[in-house]
Amino acid sequence: MGNIWFCLVALMLMVYVVLDGFDLGAGAVHLFVAKTDTERRQVIRSIGPVWDGNEVWLIAAGGTLYFTFPLVYASSFSGFYLPLMMVLWLFVLRGISVEFRTHVEGPIWTGFWDAVFSLASLLLAVFFGAALGNVVRGVPLDSQGRFFEPLWTDFRIGRETGILDWYTLLVGVAALCALLLHGALWVALKTENAVYERARRLARFAWFGIAILTVVVTAVTFRIQRIVPGNFSTRQWGFLFPVIALAGLLGVAWSLIRKKDARAFGSSCAYLAGMLASVAFGLHPYVLPASTNSAYALTVENAKAPEYGLRIGLIWWAIGMFLATGYSVFSYRRFAGKVSSAAEEQGY
Amino acid sequence: MEDALTVHRLHFAFTVTFHYIFPQLTMGLALLIFLLKTIALRRGDEHYNRAARFWAKIFGISFALGVVTGIPMEFQFGTNWSEFSKAAGGVIGQTLAMEGVFSFFLESTFFGLFLLGEKRLGPKGHWVSSLMMFLGSWLSGYLIVATDAWMQHPVGYALSPNGQFQLTSFWALVLNRWALWQYSHTMLGAVITGSFTMASVGAFYLLSRTHEDCGQLFIRLAVIVGVIAAFLQLFPTGDGQGTMLARYQPTTLAAMEGLFETQEGAPLAILGQPDMVNRRLDNPLIVPKALSFLTYRVWSAKVDGMDKFPPQDLPDNITLLYYSYHVMVGLGTMFIAVLLLSAWKLWRKTLYESRGMLWALLLSLPFPFIANTAGWITAEVGRQPWLIFGLMRTRAGVSPQVSAGNAWFTLIGFMGLYTVLAILFLFLVFREIERGPALEAKSA
Ligand code: HDD
Ligand code: HEM
Ligand code: HEM
Repeated sequence: MGNIWFCLVALMLMVYVVLDGFDLGAGAVHLFVAKTDTERRQVIRSIGPVWDGNEVWLIAAGGTLYFTFPLVYASSFSGFYLPLMMVLWLFVLRGISVEFRTHVEGPIWTGFWDAVFSLASLLLAVFFGAALGNVVRGVPLDSQGRFFEPLWTDFRIGRETGILDWYTLLVGVAALCALLLHGALWVALKTENAVYERARRLARFAWFGIAILTVVVTAVTFRIQRIVPGNFSTRQWGFLFPVIALAGLLGVAWSLIRKKDARAFGSSCAYLAGMLASVAFGLHPYVLPASTNSAYALTVENAKAPEYGLRIGLIWWAIGMFLATGYSVFSYRRFAGKVSSAAEEQGY
Repeated sequence: MEDALTVHRLHFAFTVTFHYIFPQLTMGLALLIFLLKTIALRRGDEHYNRAARFWAKIFGISFALGVVTGIPMEFQFGTNWSEFSKAAGGVIGQTLAMEGVFSFFLESTFFGLFLLGEKRLGPKGHWVSSLMMFLGSWLSGYLIVATDAWMQHPVGYALSPNGQFQLTSFWALVLNRWALWQYSHTMLGAVITGSFTMASVGAFYLLSRTHEDCGQLFIRLAVIVGVIAAFLQLFPTGDGQGTMLARYQPTTLAAMEGLFETQEGAPLAILGQPDMVNRRLDNPLIVPKALSFLTYRVWSAKVDGMDKFPPQDLPDNITLLYYSYHVMVGLGTMFIAVLLLSAWKLWRKTLYESRGMLWALLLSLPFPFIANTAGWITAEVGRQPWLIFGLMRTRAGVSPQVSAGNAWFTLIGFMGLYTVLAILFLFLVFREIERGPALEAKSA
């Protein structure tokens, strides 16, 4: 049961990153690819009806983590107290900037919210990467399964780690790059003319960035977190995941050259999913590795909730996810196609 | 204020109280919008569609704020109450996760469709999306109330040797009797908020002689729905909550009623100021024997007072508890009076000309928000000193390694951010009211 839930929570987070990833990315790029108010409106309209639904994947994943691995939820959320609260503030700012931007017309109002939206999206991408970096690197858990990390210490990976050190920052930059690519491809898929061209150009730059960073981060990770190479050498079928990621990355380049926008976006989804699956596979059965003493680490076995709850949860979870996927598909199909660039359309 | 526990409690109280301003409005309006769409569909009357479109805008602004302030709530169990989460996550995580999985997806999807898809969906489809939005928000209300109800009245659990609570019966958790009463009462509170908001805007239009046709429509629907809800709020749901308290949380009942001494034929205090030093009520205005009757249906029944319980088992802020309870009930009585009078005038067809009554409706706007907040303060402060009633003390649930200083930092951050949100909310809502219902559907 524990392992099933490990996979399901990882899957939910993966869906979250793939979906909210594109609207975060679109947010981060929209100041660069869209210059006029009409153009920016197009970008925002392309994510307007779906961003909240995408964010729900994070809330649902959080809730699911809560009842399946209460120890992990409690330990990591209180340990990452400060950065998590800042992430929440960024979410608040980002949410209201999408929703409120269109309520009042005028360059000051919209310009302000555009900037807030872009900056909050950008920072969120970096924070998420840094969070992932922290989990992979391990945190200073004590014998009670608790820790508390300050925002930074000396930026080294020593005993006294902070949330930000050179490694987690590197992962943060990589995440930003990956989501810039993802967002630019989404915008290209949904828009036309000038915005379309700029988004494609930006995607090309981001691709080179992420191609280099993928290699660097992977190499560094294998040295820092010994669990990861261990897993890949004992269970070789796991190489499937990095292969998917690599195929995705190459797929993006190939589709970009051939101007196949949908395929490029799809490949980028595969890249993100493949990378995250590789991380989950690489860490399993650890859920939160310890940088202090590996005996203190939280694993699937020592952190999972009792059996009955996990079993009953699986039943309603399956029903709920089936419904949720249904609504999402319905909504995406309703709002499918390019958003028109006509200025007079109201709303997003 | 150096005690970390106090800061964590303030942190949670502040953020959840602010969050609840918005869901109570959206849950109430979701019902009213659904009714508007239903009437529009059945009668083919475009007025009702116009009204629905106008309220959808107010709904949208409040919904956005409900969403952004709700996300921090979900995470605070882990950040600020980690020991509680470790112990109880296997149980209350269930309902909390179900809220995400079952209702937030539903709500967010159909909200997007409702707001932006009127033309794409057609009248039937748009009606369906209003129904789904209503169901989604009311379902999320249920699941969060069920979470809270387990903390008020834990059921369906067993204590494992390692100190964790484990779920033993899913249905006991989901159909907790406490949750059923609490939910009905809370939802009616939301309907009252929605109704007063709608009536107040209607009164504003009539008094300022703009959009008068819509103003009349708003008042008509709101007064009819509101008067029903206001009665049900008192009986059976408010009464039901009181009966549950008498049975399962006698400490809370004694403290909120300001009953210092155990007595037969206990009186109901309507007004009066609790004096915690001399342990008595100053300037009391009482109805003799009423409390005994209300709780046990027998005029001479014995009701336990605060003297019956050891002080460490009583809520730690009895004054706040007492006042918030009395504010809620006082306002509830006022709502019944205002709405009953309005309904009578509506029936006599004199309401739209009665400036006095319209002014009363206009000025009532803030009070349902106050009553709902006061109600929650009653429930949550009344639960003290327990985090899970009878099982876990609040002090035991806090995150031990998050210091008071760190909690202050984020509390101040939230206060600043939420002040900005409140200003934006008022600004945007007043702007929409000023503009009034548009004549044409504009959304794509
Ligand atoms: C418009 C809002 C509103 C109004 C007019 C009332 N209430 Fe209420 N009340 C609530 C909104 C509310 C609430 C916000 O929904 C609460 C908080 C938690 C809960 O379960 O419901 C609540 C809780 C609550 C509790 C439980 C407290 C606890 O659990 O410790 C009782 C006993 C009552 N109410 C009783 C009443 C009575 C007798 C009323 C007489 C008219 C009344 N309420 C009016
Ligand atoms: C929206 C309505 C709600 C309001 C206005 C509200 C209000 C409050 C207040 C005032 C406190 C502080 C009590 C004190 O320190 O004396 C508090 C604490 C708390 N409430 Fe609520 N509450 C609400 C709903 C909920 C729900 C639905 C849950 C659970 C799912 C919940 C869980 C808690 C927890 C965990 C604490 C902190 C521990 C404690 O002080 O007991 N609350 N709330
Ligand atoms: C500790 C308590 C609470 C938590 C953890 C919580 C959590 C959340 C979250 C995460 C959202 C955003 C959903 C989205 O993204 O679509 C939300 C919105 C919402 N919450 Fe809460 N909430 C709490 C208290 C309450 C209470 C007491 C109620 C009602 C009784 C309530 C009703 C709603 C509703 C109806 C929404 C939809 C948005 C809106 O209508 O404004 N919540 N909540």
